[in-house]
Order: sequence, then structure tokens, then C-alpha cells
Amino acid sequence: MPEVTYREAIRQALRWQLEHDERVFLMGEDIGAYGGSYAVTKGFLQEFGERRIKDTPIAESVIVGTGIGAAMAGLKPMVEIMTINFSLLAIDQIVNNASKLHYMSNGQISVPLVIRMAGGAGSQLGAQHSHSLESWYAHVPGLKVAVPATPYDAKGLLMQAFDDANPVIFIEHTALYASKGEVPDEPYRIPFGQAELYREGDAVTLVGYGGSVHQAYRAAQKLAADGIEADVLNLRTLRPLDTDAILASVRKTNRCVVIEDDWKFGGFGAEIAAIVQEQAFDDLDAPVLRCSGADVPMPYNGALEQAALPQEDDIVALVKEIA
Amino acid sequence: MISEVVMPQMGADMTEGTVVRWLKHEGDRVERGEIIAEIETDKANVEVEAFESGVFRAAIAQEGDTVPVGEVIAIIAAPEDDISKYINGAGAATKKEGRGAPSAVAANGGADTQATPYAARAPAPAPPVREPQPEALQTPVAAGEPAARLRVSPVARRIADELGVDVRQVRGSGPGGRIVKRDIEAAARRGTLAPAAPAREPAGPQQRVQGAIARPDVSPRPAVEAADQVVVPSRMRQAIARRMSQSKREAPHYYLLLDIDMTDALAFREQVNASVDEARRVSINDLIVRACALALQRHPEFNATIEGDQVTQRAEAHICIGIALDDGLIAPAIVGSGRMSLLEIAAASKDLIARAKGGALRQEELTAGTFTISNLGAYGVETLVAIIQPPQTAILGVGAVKPQPAVRDGQVTARQIMKVALSADHRVTDGAQGARFLAEVERLLEQPVSLIL
Repeated sequence: MPEVTYREAIRQALRWQLEHDERVFLMGEDIGAYGGSYAVTKGFLQEFGERRIKDTPIAESVIVGTGIGAAMAGLKPMVEIMTINFSLLAIDQIVNNASKLHYMSNGQISVPLVIRMAGGAGSQLGAQHSHSLESWYAHVPGLKVAVPATPYDAKGLLMQAFDDANPVIFIEHTALYASKGEVPDEPYRIPFGQAELYREGDAVTLVGYGGSVHQAYRAAQKLAADGIEADVLNLRTLRPLDTDAILASVRKTNRCVVIEDDWKFGGFGAEIAAIVQEQAFDDLDAPVLRCSGADVPMPYNGALEQAALPQEDDIVALVKEIA
Repeated sequence: MISEVVMPQMGADMTEGTVVRWLKHEGDRVERGEIIAEIETDKANVEVEAFESGVFRAAIAQEGDTVPVGEVIAIIAAPEDDISKYINGAGAATKKEGRGAPSAVAANGGADTQATPYAARAPAPAPPVREPQPEALQTPVAAGEPAARLRVSPVARRIADELGVDVRQVRGSGPGGRIVKRDIEAAARRGTLAPAAPAREPAGPQQRVQGAIARPDVSPRPAVEAADQVVVPSRMRQAIARRMSQSKREAPHYYLLLDIDMTDALAFREQVNASVDEARRVSINDLIVRACALALQRHPEFNATIEGDQVTQRAEAHICIGIALDDGLIAPAIVGSGRMSLLEIAAASKDLIARAKGGALRQEELTAGTFTISNLGAYGVETLVAIIQPPQTAILGVGAVKPQPAVRDGQVTARQIMKVALSADHRVTDGAQGARFLAEVERLLEQPVSLIL
């Protein structure tokens, strides 16, 4: 299987959709002439033309709102918000319109809209450009939230997103665009709500998504040197959430640590911890712990930024507290 | 899936039935078609089958309860199913009381059900009635002194219930001394149980990692072959295993064997039985109980219990008799037997045996005992060298009465000989004392009229 980057995997999915479904078009800031802030759509304008690849003004609410209208009218738009941080300008469209129109129209209206955005920190982009706000969207019924951790995930989940009749928030991790992994040339789809057992062990369950899967994996390798074999779960989608996979792993290991770049307070790790204690209380040997980002605006300084993010040694230390 | 076990209707005129005995207990695995209970109707005793496989989660009706046909008597469900609405009786209304108020089931003597919330269960439920384990033994703290809340992880507590491990006897290896799953598993292996653990643990990487996390007490044992049957011990079996292991571990036994000439005792018994009706007949064992009761009055050092360093010589003798059951053994006390006449002992012992077999013993009978007689004479056994029932300090093992050649007045003659073996705790008494006690028992049985004086 060819090894490609996370960025290239996303490009493959987008290109396949553009080639095979004429209702598909892409819209966003700097995605055309500039080729995208993360170079995901580089060359697409030349390849597919202005009708399919649309540069927009810096107006996120308009971008998403237009996408919603196009989706309602029967097209299959993919709108790109440069980063998740800017999506706050569009959150009214996303939460109040995209997520609810199907419900409020009693099913008469569907919004098959894919909203791609880059999230996560680690690239010294400063406090306003380094949020991990995925839990905000996962909170909303009517939205689906995909968080690919690998190139394979990125292509398969994005292909699936285009097949979905509902709005999908597709969050790419900025630190992963250049990461490489095996990806089949041919199209494939990864169903939503199916976590991947990224690594298998029996002593503790490390739950991660997006970038934190890799921190969890590195921590697991360190723990293995001390004889502690960890299950590492890659959630792939936060909503729908593969609760069964989490519970099955916890029932095996009796311990669980959630790793998230997100702030700890009210974050997605809290949701997982709550589900585990609600549904697997009698399988726990220890409290469910969270290894989360520090409760601060993300520092610009590189060393401080790393200190504010969960690191593999933090995970190792947490696991050893309960192992 | 939750499966309600209801009081079955056996015949058109049956309106209610009585739960005689539960064959499954909380946490037991139940397969569809397995017998889970014995029910008594006004016509017969019948067995109740499970209609679904699952885990026996709770007995809603307790042994001895009479329940209308169609009412729920037990719940079989998956371990994760929420069965609180059954256990808390009226459901939401009683559920609110939660922590403090014991539910109807728990108050009903249904020890060891899940009716009591975890917080209220700590340090652990009272031993179920069927487990003859004196309460004082299990509690390391003095009576009346509130025990510190044990830190036990949820999974450890669940597994402890399943394996019959008393969490209070386990030292926690987790953070802050928390008792975690591996501690319970290790305790189960130590405590004579080599239970279904091998079958439950997936092979392969798990084994490897277990070794790596240091499980010190894994002893080599033969691999489980396909034709082997992994037997999950019943709760009674587990209780026996715990107590007998404890006794052999803690009590240095000494043993004294003696032949007692029962010829005159048998003749005496025949005379007594000829003059009373069937219901009041006296057994050989009743004679022995009476003899021991009298001997204990002269040698109260054998009517003692020991807990830690503390030996308590008991003012009253409550002599236990071993009773074989289908699924184990129980040795309840004939409460007050130290002061009973021979005929009173005979009546009390008949009643006790009947109730033991019906599973209807009283708590006191399981905890009050001060001395035990275990008699396998009916099975033709010649000598029974028994294990002391803690916290008691002596037990008399009794074999069959058999005609043997004996020398009397220089002549060889056939006498009815019974071999007895006294097992006693050397921390409390010495062999010479034991010899004097046995001699007294012998004297009483060889001059049986003294049994009614």
C-alpha cells in the first residue's frame, strides 16, 4: 500500500468526490488561487475550475451559511474554515441552522454539508489560533464530528462524510498534515462511530483522538518497557462515539486514562470518564483519569506551548499512579 | 437482558409456593435449563429451572418465604443490567432512600444481596446464613468499634463477590492501599481456591504481561485439558475451603485416638428406646453428645474459643454436630446442649438435622458452637481425624461401632468398639489434658447410666 501524507490522503478523498459527483464543490478562504492555508487544495482550481473551487471573502458565517443553503438546495458542498478557531464566527450557522434544520422541518430538509477545519496546537500559532474546540461541536445533537488521527483515517472518514446526509464537522489536526501512513489508492469509507484499537494491551486503556492518539501510543511504548501493556483506542469520531469499544477495553483492562489536547474542565475527556463510570463502574480498578491540556490560553512560546499540552511522560506518570 | 424468575404454577390448584432452597446465589453463572431453586408446594417439592442464561443477580424471595404464583422470586440478568427496581421493592420511591435505609430484601435477612448500596455495604455484608462462619472471626476489629472504610475498587469488590473472597482479609496493593483486582485474584489462589481463573483469562499476551506485573504466587499446575471440567466452587464449598484452610493454617492440631467399648451403651440405648415412642428415640450420636456435654463440664478448657491471642472459656457448652448435605457439610450447634438431658438432646438433634437439610438454620446455630462432634459411623468409617472448626479449639471425630475382639478378665470376647479421635488446638490445651478429657468421655459411655444421672 502506498505511503502518503495526511494532507495527501485528504486531497485524494476530495479529488475523488469532485471527479465522481458533480454536485460536489469546495468553498473557503484562500482554497483556490493560494491552494489552501495547509496546501490541501493546491492545484484544484486549475484542475476543476472556478465553478467547483470557490475562494470566499473572510466571512466565516457567510461561508457556512452559503454552504447550508447549497446543501438544502441539493448540492454537496464542502466548506473549509481555515482553522477551528475561526469557526466561532460561524457557530451560529453551524449550531442554530445546520444541526437543526432537518429536525425543525420534520425531515423535509437535509443539510449534507461537510465542514472541514484545522484544529489542535503545537505549531506556535498563539492563543487565538491554537484551540481544540472539538468538544463544543460534539456537544450538539444533529452534528457529526470526525477527528482523523492517521492518513488512513483522514481519507476514509472524509469519504464517509460526503456520503452522510447530515452536517459533518471534519477536524484535521494541524500537527499531522505532514505525517505519513499507508493509504489505499482506491476509495474506501470508514463508518462513523467505530473506534480503532490502535494498539493492544491489557493493563490500562488509553483513549485518544486526533493528535492525542499518537501521544497515547508513544506513552504506551514507554509503558511497555516497564511491563505495562496499554490498549490505545483511536476514537475516529467523537459523535457518534464508539461507547462499546471504550467499555469493552475498560472491561478488559479495568483502568482508563483519556488523553486530549483540549482543556480539562468541561472537556471531551470528562464525557468519556462519565460514560465509563456510569456503564462500567463495576469493572474499574481505579478512577478514570484525564491527561489534558493546561487550563490556560495557549502560550506562543514553544517550550511553554509544549508544557501546556499533554506529553507522553505525563501520560506515563498518570498511568503509573493507577497501575 | 433481564429475566424474571417467577413462582411457577405446578398444577391448577396451586396458588402459592415456598422457596425451600436456592441452589444459585448472587453472582453465580446460570445456564438455561439449570436448576436454580427448590420450591415447596402443598403437594410436593419441585425444582425450578432457569429459562434464560445469565448471572443470578438476586434472590427476591428468601429461603422460607411463601410467595403467590407468578410473583418474581429471583432475577437472572447480564452483569451490567440495572435490576434496582426489583431489589428496591417499590422502585423509585424506595430508591431515593438509597444509602441509609436498608431495603425490604436486606431487612428480610437476605444477607449478601445487592440490595444495600456500596457505601452502606462497607466493610462487607454479614455472612449469609448458609455459611457457617462465626461473625467474630471475620472481623479483625473489636466488636462495636466501627471499622475504617475499606478502599476496594469496584471491580475488585465484584470479583471478590464472585470468587467468595472476604475483602477484609485482603491487603491492598493499589494506590493508598486500595484493594484492586489482582489482590483479589491472588487471595483467591492463596485461599485454597484454584478457581475458574485459568478459563477466564485469555491466553496469549495476557499471560505474558501478568508475569511482567509480578504476580508472585502463581504455582505451576497441570494445564487444563479439553476433557477436564473446571469446577466453580459453590459458596458453601468456598466457605468450607476458607474455614478449614484457616484452621489448618492457624491452629496447631494434636490428635488422640482411643477405642471406646460401646457394648453397654448400645444395650442402654436399646432399653431407652424400648420405653419411648419413635419420635423420641435416641441415636448413638446423641449418647456421645451427652457424654461430651458432661465431660466438658469437668474439663471446661475444651469448651473454649480462640481469637488471636485471646482464649475464652465458655460458660455454656453448645455442641455442634456435623451434618452432610448434598452440596457440602454443615456443623450447626445444638444450642444449650450443655445443660440438656439425653432425651432433650435427642429431640433437639433430630430437629436440627431436619432444618439443616431444609436450609432453615438460625444464625445462632451457626455461630454459637463451642465444641464439635463429627460422626461418620453411619458410613462405616473406622477412624475420623477431624479438622477443628475455628474459633473452637477441639473436635471429636467418631467412627463406626464394630464388633471387635477384646480382652476382658483375661478372656478374649467380642465387644462393640468405637474408635474416636480428639483433635485439639495445642495453643489452648496439651495432650495430657486431652487424654483426661477423652478418658472421661470413655468412662461416661462405658457406664451409660451416668448419662441420665
